[in-house]
Amino acid sequence: MTEQDKILEKVTNEEYKYGFVTEIEQDIIEKGLSEDVVRIISAKKEEPEWMLDFRLKAFRKWQEMKQPNWAYLKIPPIDYQSISYYAAPKKKPQLDSLDEVDPELIDTFNKLGIPLEEQKHLAGVAVDAVMDSVSVKTTFKETLAEKGIIFCSFSEAVKEFPDLVKKHLGKAVPYADNYFAALNSSVFSDGSFCYIPKGVRCPMELSTYFRINAANTGQFERTLIVADDDSYVSYLEGCTAPQRDENQLHAAVVEIIAMERAEVKYSTVQNWYPGDKNGKGGIYNFVTKRGICRGDHSKISWTQVETGSAVTWKYPSCVLLGDHSKGEFYSVALTNNHQQADTGSKMIHIGKNTRSIIVSKGISAGVSSNAYRGLVKVAKNADNARNFSQCDSLLLGDRCGAHTFPYIECANKSAILEHEATTSKISEDQIFYCNQRGIDTEDAVGMIVNGYAKEVLNKLPMEFAVEAQKLLAISLEGSVG
Amino acid sequence: MTNDLEDMLTIKNLHATVDGKEILKGINLEVKPGEIHAIMGPNGSGKSTLANVLAGHENFEVTEGEVTFLNENLLEQAAEDRARNGLFLSFQYPIEIPGVSMVNFMKTAVNEQRKHRGLEPLKASQFLKMMEEKKKVVEISSQLTNRSVNEGFSGGEKKRNEIFQMAMLEPKLAILDETDSGLDIDALRVVANGVNTLKSPENATIVVTHYQRLLEYIVPDYVHVLYNGRIVKSAGKELAYELEEKGYDWLKNEVEH
Repeated sequence: MTEQDKILEKVTNEEYKYGFVTEIEQDIIEKGLSEDVVRIISAKKEEPEWMLDFRLKAFRKWQEMKQPNWAYLKIPPIDYQSISYYAAPKKKPQLDSLDEVDPELIDTFNKLGIPLEEQKHLAGVAVDAVMDSVSVKTTFKETLAEKGIIFCSFSEAVKEFPDLVKKHLGKAVPYADNYFAALNSSVFSDGSFCYIPKGVRCPMELSTYFRINAANTGQFERTLIVADDDSYVSYLEGCTAPQRDENQLHAAVVEIIAMERAEVKYSTVQNWYPGDKNGKGGIYNFVTKRGICRGDHSKISWTQVETGSAVTWKYPSCVLLGDHSKGEFYSVALTNNHQQADTGSKMIHIGKNTRSIIVSKGISAGVSSNAYRGLVKVAKNADNARNFSQCDSLLLGDRCGAHTFPYIECANKSAILEHEATTSKISEDQIFYCNQRGIDTEDAVGMIVNGYAKEVLNKLPMEFAVEAQKLLAISLEGSVG
Repeated sequence: MTNDLEDMLTIKNLHATVDGKEILKGINLEVKPGEIHAIMGPNGSGKSTLANVLAGHENFEVTEGEVTFLNENLLEQAAEDRARNGLFLSFQYPIEIPGVSMVNFMKTAVNEQRKHRGLEPLKASQFLKMMEEKKKVVEISSQLTNRSVNEGFSGGEKKRNEIFQMAMLEPKLAILDETDSGLDIDALRVVANGVNTLKSPENATIVVTHYQRLLEYIVPDYVHVLYNGRIVKSAGKELAYELEEKGYDWLKNEVEH
């Protein structure tokens, strides 16, 4: 083993710090998936008929589908019957007051750095906390309501704002879109709903924090964000899970609808448990995220920092329907040890004068595999479409892999599409140079990786950017040294 | 009792190999505070190897000998600890680190050194003030310090940036590895001026160079000639002129006969 490898080997071995389990009474349904289970979930959530219908249609479709195998991932067969599809903290929080939330739960979110008491909360961030299948508490609800902004758990939205949900649910991601979207559509537990009325700029960052706690359960949350004409919202999503030896399934759906001149910024810091150094355990993360720029001059921007999960399968996309609409995708995906990621974006240009940007930064360490997969599609009538894609890969050590699968389908001659790609390694010389200035190897790698990812990290809201920087450094600890 | 101040660097019978090939074959050298030593020699004589071994580069393996730096065993220390203790190497080929700003890089370096010495980290305002002061020493522009470390710098700019970093870190012992190579006369003057400005009775400098040219600007107290892994001749600064005049062949003959 060369010095370089030894260095690289050392920096990626820090323990996952969110791996604790909360001892809390759970209401878990029997393992297995059937139409009955779908009905039970719907009944537990006291859902209206139309919601159950949506679930059942999705479930019937799912049964006809096969798990996709085109991704550059090695996934052991998943036994969908050995998973419980609903788990909730037993003490049903009434969501009106924090006093009614189980103190254990509050403690859990405090440990994660997500205090739910509003007065202590980071200024300007409203949080919806989702533990296992249920939204635990949404903060700052009243402040937002004054502006007419709806920010609540998905279940609540189904009851309180059925027309809005019915109108937009499944529009960006139809229930039959893909295998995992169909699965989510049949058994989704909870998630967040957000509506920004016409002309309103949301005064604070909205945030959903997801936590898987129970063993042998899957988490299937669903987020729907609707930004009406001339509105703006910045939305953050964070996630962690306990350290467990078995793999756990997470299949989420996020839908964004942006109307005329609306702008939605969606940022994710994904830190699900990645499994141990030998590849045991970890979350299987199959996520469908898609936004529709429905209105003219609308804009949807995805920023993601992906450091967790044993397997990541995720392609946040934009359908650019409105003329002059704009889609953006900024991504840092870091894989270490035995992690595998196949992630990227789709930009579908349909309206005229639409623009899109893809900036993807992959970082691979250990024996991990990191693939970028992207599609830029220009429809026949999408005159003057423009796309710029940049896909960079950074390799740490010589046992990891980086792969790029960019697809372009262009049916309009006026389109201008650009693609740039680079692959680089952190050199021993760079590390020695830092050492010689008194910076140890771990800090040097953290600094170099953050420098490499800076273009994307700069797109994150301030608080998140700092968090993401630390996360990148921690995720690499032990991979170099 | 030895006088602590007197002992900066002592090298005894130092042997080092790279890829199993012996490059240094028994170096002896003593450097005291306030002194400037020049190490000269033909290409391949081991000058850069010596500089890198002292800085702790892992490609070189020390097979024999002792080195003490400030009364401590240098060879036991990790490269970053050598740096934090006050050993600075000006690189012959400074390394580019894309995406890492000079400000961030220097701030991390300065604060790591302070931490090592039990000092509080500098506040952002103090640090920026320090940068402003030190920039003047090497006449380096803010355009350079606002960029990523060495990225897109010309050869001369890189060397100037090395001396700027030296000014920021205020080392006890600075080793300048071929700092003059690739510099035009103006840049050479600026770099030498920087080194002279930073000179004090408490610190020492080792200038590794192929040519005598730099030594017109940085006047050494001692000149050593390294040949085939050994120091074959040591004398005052006049030795540099003699080498310039007669070339290295003269010495080769002297050593080999």
